Amino acid sequence: MLDLFIDLSLFTMLVATGFAIVKMRRLFGVTMMTGVFSLLSAMLLVTLDAVDVAFTEAAVGAGISTVLMLSTLTLTSRIEKSPVHTPWIPLLVVAVTGAVIIYGTLDMPNFGDANAPAQVGVAAQYMERGPEDMDLPNTVTYILASYRGYDTMGETSVVFTAGVGVLMLISGLRRRRRRKPSRDEGEVS
Amino acid sequence: MFVVAVFALFIAMVLVLGRLYAGPTLYDRVLAVNSFGTHTVLFIGVIGFLTGRPDFLDIALLYALINFVGTIAILKYFRYRAIGDAHQRPTDREIGH
Repeated sequence: MLDLFIDLSLFTMLVATGFAIVKMRRLFGVTMMTGVFSLLSAMLLVTLDAVDVAFTEAAVGAGISTVLMLSTLTLTSRIEKSPVHTPWIPLLVVAVTGAVIIYGTLDMPNFGDANAPAQVGVAAQYMERGPEDMDLPNTVTYILASYRGYDTMGETSVVFTAGVGVLMLISGLRRRRRRKPSRDEGEVS
Repeated sequence: MFVVAVFALFIAMVLVLGRLYAGPTLYDRVLAVNSFGTHTVLFIGVIGFLTGRPDFLDIALLYALINFVGTIAILKYFRYRAIGDAHQRPTDREIGH
């Protein structure tokens, strides 16, 4: 009963924040609200016992994304332009996508089902043999770092490549700005 | 007792969210986000004790750290209008007034 109340309250706040983000035109407020949005999603993940996912969500969504959004705001405008087209076609697309996603969840096993595909595969082997193989106290750590080591290495190299690409783009932009410095001298104090 | 704490926490969250949506100035919103991060920390703690497994309290402390760094970044943006390359623009002290 209390679980249901907690879930419903968190989802209500999440939906309210989503609508507030859509309504707001000042992008600074939008940035603040997306931070709160990802904190709310992190709380929902905590109630699902996925503490590590929740922590990633909070660190990336509320921490890094807010900072990146703010640095984007320094380069672009701070007010969102009002849309030029009617919102009905995007609303239709979103509704259809949401319906397809909900239809997809109909085939999923129940929460905590012992016969779910995730439980009957190699997971049992990991749980049994992990402590002897790795001698690490944390299940998630030894699965990610050892059994799925190549997968994790691939993910890390993808993120690294993306970071290097973004840094190269930004440094090129900055060099071009420094070449004509007369542009933003007027607005300092 | 923790059930009452959950209710009180949700009431506090709703109040903060109201300030976040309505907040006339930007500083109201910054404070609302910071305060909501604190509520997240409290929520993780309360949920841990409510389910009888307070193992995640150290993770709640990490949330507090993220919250602090995020607020510093936002306030730095206010002060310098830039986050990474603030040294390129002269501050008031360097200009001399």
